[in-house]
This record gives sequence, structure tokens and C-alpha cells, in this order.
Amino acid sequence: MNDMQPMETGLRKAADLGDLMETLCPMHVILDETGHIVHVGATLQKLRADLPMQGARFLEVFELRRPRRVTTMDELLKSAGVKLHLRLRGAPETGLKGVLAPLSDGRGAVLNIGFGISLLDAVRDYALVSSDFAATDLAIEMLYLVEAKSAAMEASRKLNLRLQGAMIAAEEQAYTDTLTGLKNRRAMDHVLARLIGRGSDFALMQIDLDFFKAVNDTLGHAAGDHVLQNVARIMVEETRDDDTVARVGGDEFVILFDGLTECAALSRVAERIIEKLEVPMPFGEHLCQISASCGTVLSQSYDAPEAAVMLADADLALYASKNAGRAQHSFFSPQMREAKTGATGAIPAAVEPRHAGKTPPKDRRGQR
Amino acid sequence: MHGLINRTIQCFVRDTRGPALWSEIAEAAELGFDDFEAMLSYDPALTRRLLGAAAVRLELPQDALLEDIGTYLVSHANTEAVRRLLRFGGVDFVEFLHSLDDLPDRARLAVEDLVLPRLELSEHSPERFSLTVQTKVQGFGAVLMGVLRAMADDYGALVFLEYVQDTPERERIDIQLIEAAYAEGRGFDLGARAG
Repeated sequence: MNDMQPMETGLRKAADLGDLMETLCPMHVILDETGHIVHVGATLQKLRADLPMQGARFLEVFELRRPRRVTTMDELLKSAGVKLHLRLRGAPETGLKGVLAPLSDGRGAVLNIGFGISLLDAVRDYALVSSDFAATDLAIEMLYLVEAKSAAMEASRKLNLRLQGAMIAAEEQAYTDTLTGLKNRRAMDHVLARLIGRGSDFALMQIDLDFFKAVNDTLGHAAGDHVLQNVARIMVEETRDDDTVARVGGDEFVILFDGLTECAALSRVAERIIEKLEVPMPFGEHLCQISASCGTVLSQSYDAPEAAVMLADADLALYASKNAGRAQHSFFSPQMREAKTGATGAIPAAVEPRHAGKTPPKDRRGQR
Repeated sequence: MHGLINRTIQCFVRDTRGPALWSEIAEAAELGFDDFEAMLSYDPALTRRLLGAAAVRLELPQDALLEDIGTYLVSHANTEAVRRLLRFGGVDFVEFLHSLDDLPDRARLAVEDLVLPRLELSEHSPERFSLTVQTKVQGFGAVLMGVLRAMADDYGALVFLEYVQDTPERERIDIQLIEAAYAEGRGFDLGARAG
């Protein structure tokens, strides 16, 4: 009988301890000296409702992931006080954190277990409720924070999306070409409409770079961008402050000369631009060689100038320059329309040959 | 005033009375726009004008309007996230009442610049409470009336509420809990997430 007494006391102690732990740590287990579960917290048991944990061997219900290779109770006891990484065997696989405190006299151990970061999944997987957690557990606060922060983040994300949309809209409404700092197509259309509306005399020059594609293809976009910036600078330098210089396409430019309709002066400007553009532009250890073809229309050539017609006619003049061997400037003449509709391919007579004999490097011909 | 508060007024009008009436109110209040950003801050004068215009258009006294907004915050499907966040406060209505002391801190944890008035719950008996609202912006008490009414429903509790204006900067709500488990209430699944 006397032999039984300490054991009974021990059991009672375990039961008392169990009650205590139930309130403080509803996810605890109490192990006996052989490593079997003598008491399990209600919340922990809830994770495996079909598998009564009491009486089972701890390491058969839980897998110890870290420290590794712990297979006996003795080894388990050695990890007292250390943070344990555990996993429930079977499905759903739930990662757990734990810490072990040995009971006195080698009578086993108490392990407290928590969800750690797997809390969110666990709450969903096991349909946990507030009362499953100890009153001091921060689990509910953590769940609150996750939801609150997600909601706030979502609101911020929506704001960012709208701001991004507004930025794109603002860019679309902008008048500046961001790469070159020149006016863009929108700005040019706007100025052109204003010149026509005011009934001003003006000239519209269309400029297309020659051999630019070769630079882009062989030396890359960075070289192409560098060339475009140089071109922009040259055009601005060679025109007056009142003139509108716009980049209207990849390598297409339009210059509007308000109040300047003298053919000789316009030809001089075109020639100077072409000349300067032909000076090879260093890019790293390479030299970028380009040229340009120009076509110009004058507002007084029309009874009632229209933007679309003027741009199309300037384009015809530009192609006349290209057909005549590039690197030159032409004024529009009505015959060019006939040449086009007639599709004869004949070079119209209005082309002004510029320093005759000059042709671009042979290997670059026909790139555009 | 925080965008979240302004946007709540906007969504209340839009969700309960339709977008056309919202546009009218936004115009009457001379906002200059008709869409508040939840995460930006606005001039408090704007909020006052907005509430004034809304009360006129909805033909409601200001307090009734504010109380309706409070109810909307908890009970409308579009504001389910708010209901859930409030339900984290407690497992029953009384525990929820006690969590209100922490509400401004909880709100600040979620959105740092959202400043809510200081709340203090006094328990006079297990069934009688009073909630004091310290605020420079009068009207929070009325909104809270709506919130408390809707939360009591949510928990399935039967309560009697009375709104008292103590001083211009102090509002009070007297709460009498008639039955804690009067009705089924709405469920609260910890693991579910508001969409």
C-alpha cells in the first residue's frame, strides 16, 4: 500500500497541474517519465479531434523538427528551455512552436505549445474561437492586426492605383516629350491649330532622321536616345525661340516657324540642321552617323489651311527628299500629290539638291 | 478630418440612397470633387459642410443622420471589415463594451493617423453602463449610438441606449443591458476574412 502512495500523489499532482495549465496554457501537454502524454490541453486536443492524445507517446503524435534526431524521452528532456519546432503528424500539417520544462524528480515534463506564424492557417483549419486561447495570448490581437492592416493596405493599394492612373492621364495631357524635352505631338497639334486659327503666315517643316534605325539596331536604345537628345539640342539651337520644335514620332520631328515664310531662309535653316546632324556623334567608343530629310509647306500656299492637309503635304515633300537620295530639303508642290496618286515613282522636280554628289555611306543605304 | 471618416459618409449615402443623391450632396457641399480617398486627410470644414448638406437632402436631424451612419458601419455588407474588426474586441456584448476603452488605440494600430475620440466605459452594475466620449468634434457620440445599437444586434443582445450631451466636448451614452443572449446574433468566424 505504501508503495502506491507516492504514485497516487504523483497522479493527483499531475491532475492539479493539468487544471492549472488548462487555464494558463490551453495548448500544453504533460508527459510522464516514459514520454507518454498524461494530460493534454483542450485546444491542442481540438487540433486532432479524432485522435485522443492522452496515453499516446508524445513523439508519435508530434514530430520534432528542431532540434533534430530526438527519438527518446531522455533526449527530449535535454532540450529543456530551448525553442522547439514541432509539427503535428498527419493532416492538416500544422507547424508549432514549443518549450519544455522538466518536472522535479524526473517525473516527466510539461510542454507548452503555440502556433507561431501558422496562427492564421490554424484558426481557419481548426475553426478556433476566442475561448480556445488563453486570456493573455496575443493571438486574437494578432488576428485583429492582420485584418486591420490588410484592410488599410488594400485602401492604400487602391489609392496608389488611382494615383498611377492619374499620373498616366497627366502624362497623356502633357505637352513635353520626356526624352528630348521638346514639345510633343499634342503640343504641336495645339500650336498648329492656333496658328491656323489666328490666320498667321507660317511654315511647317517635317524632319525625318535618316539611318537612325541603324544606330538603334547596332548600338542599342541607349545610343538611340543619346542621338535623339543631340538632335533635339541641334534643332533648338538652329531655330528661333518663337519656333515650335516638336518630336512627333520615334525619329520624326516637326518645326513650326511662326511668321517665317521666306523660302531661302527656311532652306538655310534646313541645311544647317542637316549639316550639324551629319557630324558624327560620339557614344562611348562608337560614332553615331545619321542624317535627315526635310519637307516644308507654307501656310500661304492654301486658301484655307488645314492642319491634316499641311502635315500630309509636308510629308510628301519629305518623301520627295528621301527619294532624291536623302539628306536634303524640299518644298511641297502640288505635283507631288499627282506623282503619288499616279504612283509613277518619279522624283518630283521641286527637290532642291543640296551639295550634289554627297551620298550617305553605302552600307547604310536603304536602311529606312 | 481623416479620409476614412469622410469616405464613410460618402459610402453611407451612396450605398443606402444611391449614387445620384451622393453626387447631389457632394455638389451642395461644394466639395469640388465627389470621391474621397480613404487614406488621405481633408479639411475638417469640408466634413462639416458635407454633413450639413447630407442632413438637408436626407431630411434628417444631424444626430439621426450620424446614428444611421454608425449603424451602417456595422450592419452593411460593404463594411463587413469594420464589423469584423469590432467583433475582435470581445466574445460577448459586455466584453465588447469593455474593449471600447482600447478602441482609439486599436484604430491607431491599424491606421496610424486615424485619431478617434477617447472613450471611457463605466460599469454601474452588471446591467448598467455608461460610455463617455471626449471629443472636440461633436457628433462622435451619435455615431457611436448607431454602432452600439448595431453591435448589440450583432451579438444578439437586447439593450436600451440613451444619448446625453454632457458638455460641448463631452457626450455620454447610457447603456442598459436587458438581456445578453436575447437573440441568436450573427456569427463571427475568426478564420474568415472580409472580402
